[in-house]
Amino acid sequence: MKLLRHLLRSPGFLVGALLLLATLLLAFLPPLLMELDTSRRAGLAYMPPTSGRWLGTDHLGLDMFALLVSGLRSSLYVGFLAGIVATVLGTLIGVYGGYKGGWIDDVLTACTNLFLVIPSLIVLILLSGSLQEGRSLTLIALFIGCTTWTWSARAVRAQAASLRSRDHVALARINGYGTLGIVCLHILPYLLSYLFMVFILQTASGILTESVISMLGLGPYDTVSLGNLLNQAIRNEALSDGAWWAFFPPMLLITVIAFALYVLNTSMEGVFNPRLRK
Amino acid sequence: MPAILEVEDLRLHYLTRLGKRVQAVDGVSFQLQPGEILGIAGESGCGKTTLVSGLMGLLMPPLHLSSGAVRIAGRDILRLPPAEVRRSVLGRDIAMIPQGALNSLNPTRKIRDLATDVILAHDEGADRRAIQERLRERFTRIGLEADAVLNAYPVQLPAGMKQRVVIGISTLLNPRIVIADEPSSALDVSSQKAVIQLLFNLLDEGIVSSMVFITHELPLLRHVAGRIAVMYAGQIVEIGTTEQVIFDGRQPYTRALMGSMLSAEPGQKSRKPVAIEGAPPNLGEPISGCRFAVRCPVAQPDCPQRDQVLREVAGRHVRCHHAH
Amino acid sequence: MPTDTPCFEARNLTRAFGHGARRKVAVNDATFTIAEREIVSLVGQSGCGKSVLAKLLLRLEKPSSGDLLYHGRPIAESGDPRAYWRDVQAVFQDPYAAFNQFFTIRSQLKACFRLFDRRPPEGEMEERIDQALLAVNLRPRELDGKYPFELSGGQMQRLLLARIFILRPRVLIADEPTSMVDACSRAGILEYLMKLKEELSMTIVFVTHDIGLAYYVSDRLFILHEGRIVEQGTPDDVTQRPTSPFTRQLLDDIPSVHRPWVSRVGAK
Ligand SMILES: Nc1ncnc2c1ncn2[C@@H]1O[C@H](COP(=O)(O)OP(=O)(O)OP(=O)(O)O)[C@@H](O)[C@H]1O
Ligand SMILES: Nc1ncnc2c1ncn2[C@@H]1O[C@H](COP(=O)(O)OP(=O)(O)OP(=O)(O)O)[C@@H](O)[C@H]1O
Ligand code: SF4
Ligand SMILES: [Mg+2]
Ligand SMILES: [Mg+2]
Repeated sequence: MKLLRHLLRSPGFLVGALLLLATLLLAFLPPLLMELDTSRRAGLAYMPPTSGRWLGTDHLGLDMFALLVSGLRSSLYVGFLAGIVATVLGTLIGVYGGYKGGWIDDVLTACTNLFLVIPSLIVLILLSGSLQEGRSLTLIALFIGCTTWTWSARAVRAQAASLRSRDHVALARINGYGTLGIVCLHILPYLLSYLFMVFILQTASGILTESVISMLGLGPYDTVSLGNLLNQAIRNEALSDGAWWAFFPPMLLITVIAFALYVLNTSMEGVFNPRLRK
Repeated sequence: MPAILEVEDLRLHYLTRLGKRVQAVDGVSFQLQPGEILGIAGESGCGKTTLVSGLMGLLMPPLHLSSGAVRIAGRDILRLPPAEVRRSVLGRDIAMIPQGALNSLNPTRKIRDLATDVILAHDEGADRRAIQERLRERFTRIGLEADAVLNAYPVQLPAGMKQRVVIGISTLLNPRIVIADEPSSALDVSSQKAVIQLLFNLLDEGIVSSMVFITHELPLLRHVAGRIAVMYAGQIVEIGTTEQVIFDGRQPYTRALMGSMLSAEPGQKSRKPVAIEGAPPNLGEPISGCRFAVRCPVAQPDCPQRDQVLREVAGRHVRCHHAH
Repeated sequence: MPTDTPCFEARNLTRAFGHGARRKVAVNDATFTIAEREIVSLVGQSGCGKSVLAKLLLRLEKPSSGDLLYHGRPIAESGDPRAYWRDVQAVFQDPYAAFNQFFTIRSQLKACFRLFDRRPPEGEMEERIDQALLAVNLRPRELDGKYPFELSGGQMQRLLLARIFILRPRVLIADEPTSMVDACSRAGILEYLMKLKEELSMTIVFVTHDIGLAYYVSDRLFILHEGRIVEQGTPDDVTQRPTSPFTRQLLDDIPSVHRPWVSRVGAK
């Protein structure tokens, strides 16, 4: 409760939360209020915004607003799923290594470092490139999660290692708890706020990564996402046609989501950390 | 001389999550003179740390002020807005060395950075270079090896040194009053000695003016304090000069504390230290009568009925109507 | 009274942390025997390796080299660690760090029944917890629903001791068990502990900087300095006729009410 009040008093948190809320509303509210069809042509190619079609049309004459809303939903989905996968993987590996120490830790750290030096974007590009039809949103999200967990593993490992030497863990051991019990009951609770922050960052990076690979044309197949929209806009000369409404809104949305998540993360760090130090 | 710190009938309580009220400090009054070290001794859980929070004006939920005042140079800090307390009182008028501070230093930062933060927090515009000079000068002056200590991480320092560093950092802003909460309890005797020496240096160098030294070990205060207050269950039960309290305690609890001392001297092994059975009263419930009555070795039949007040006995104040 | 049967035997026991230039030998080549029913105190300056030695005895750290035997068997190989911890229990040094802040005190006290393969019925567990709390001068009902951060340092330290009264182990390794309680409570707790020791024929290893306490309770004192045991002997021998300069230093630094301790230069 006190924490919440502290958070609400931090301007960064407020800005981040409001922006995030706005994007979520944009993603989920319009379909309830109006009919949005992303497959029916609403006019000619690249028609500028009018009062009826807020964001004009794309190169096929589809309604840009409908595309944007649906793309936003896909991007959020990919981001959150990738964030969850990366956080869970990273946490498992980081906490286990950090708590166990010794050779197990050495092996897991070596693995993490190996994954860290492999440029994940290139792996992703190769992976997506080798798959064609099968590139579903979920698959892309899993790929992203499986290549970006290293960051959270390292962060979590350091925290778990410092908790390991605390007496309450020693007490749990001589109370007869096994490794699983100690990790779940005596280490993870202390990391919860930290894990939440890790998750937010992983989500942000998931969304950004998805847009990059989609922009390169290797994104989810046959699905609208913010990155895909950008890719389409570039490929179909929206830039030279001066059709700013085809690429500017998706770009803006990507920036806004990433910004909101990063701001949320930093503001939470300011509030959580004094407690962590205690 | 006017007192530098005046505590007037201070009462503090915790409101727990379950809505219970724990009256941890229940009517504490004393005055601290310039240049003085006042020792506060008492059983664990008798409210010493809570009293410190009150003296510092750090009243944050679940801790609340019931009544009373804490005046520093005439200004009641408990009635100032929290922001004002943080800005102009903490660190300058009064500083604390918290209990367990030893292990609370952020392990990822060098001592130098921790100390710099303290100065910057109070003076944002301070020149970095000047701060470094100031830190060196101060650490040397209080008898620490400035270069070695400032560049160390907390984990690299032995416990005794860490505690001295904590004290050095807490007093950077030349507070008039320092409150040390069990600063030496976790240390070996040699480190304890070094810590006390450092506290004396602070006074002798004129960096701080007065001190409140909190401990559960009465004998230690013999060497540190000029006056001693003994606390029991949220109240002061005896307050007087060190000689009076240590060698001639009049309140039964004070006497028991001295009687249960253990020392490494021949013949002590066969001696039986005074153990008092039972627990102090539950501060979560209203208490009437003498708070020590259930454990008092010399309790009289009227003790559990009679509320005790501090009264003067043999030149000091005692909360026991049978003391003489 | 101590017996002749060894409880712990250590030969050239060493524990080092880190590698290369940052290598730190916390326990260095320690050789000693602790007999069954004996009370031994480990005394020394902070950082001399007392807690690490205690953790070695507790099977919470592994020796880097040397042997450590419990009843003639190497500790690390003596099968089920839970069986070991039913026998050998501990009180930890830092009460602020010794409890999990996310669970109530009672649930954490109850957790120690996990060590038994067959847990006693609920009512008996509660009963034993209440008894143990009374033994350490705490009111059972006052702690209901409370979390560790709602207690004072000394109260938490007494909770750690309460575990011992619940578990009734054969060996107790107590790391500064009373550093935060006042002299009266300390005397009371020691009295109970000694009663329990007699009842269970317990072996106790005290880790402490309180030489008065060590002198009063122990059969033998070990003086540690920088990881080495520099002196062992009976309390009277060690305090009256110290042979090591480190022991002498420690004895000189004890604050006693009867002689001067820290000299004060006086205000400038
Ligand atoms: N957050 C809290 N909520 C409820 N009660 C509390 C809280 N913190 C402390 N208390 C209670 O207030 C009383 C006084 O605690 P305090 O920490 O001031 O004791 P202390 O004298 O400093 O003891 P010690 O010597 O062990 O540090 C204790 O009985 C404790 O249980
Ligand atoms: N997990 C660890 N990793 C690295 N070094 C350690 C570790 N544990 C202890 N040490 C080091 O070993 C040495 C001995 O530490 P130990 O905690 O045993 O001291 P102690 O005698 O118990 O001191 P105190 O009286 O302060 O508790 C210290 O220098 C410490 O820094
Ligand atoms: S009033 Fe009675 S019970 Fe209280 S301290 Fe004095 S003699 Fe003991
Ligand atoms: Mg306290
Ligand atoms: Mg230790």
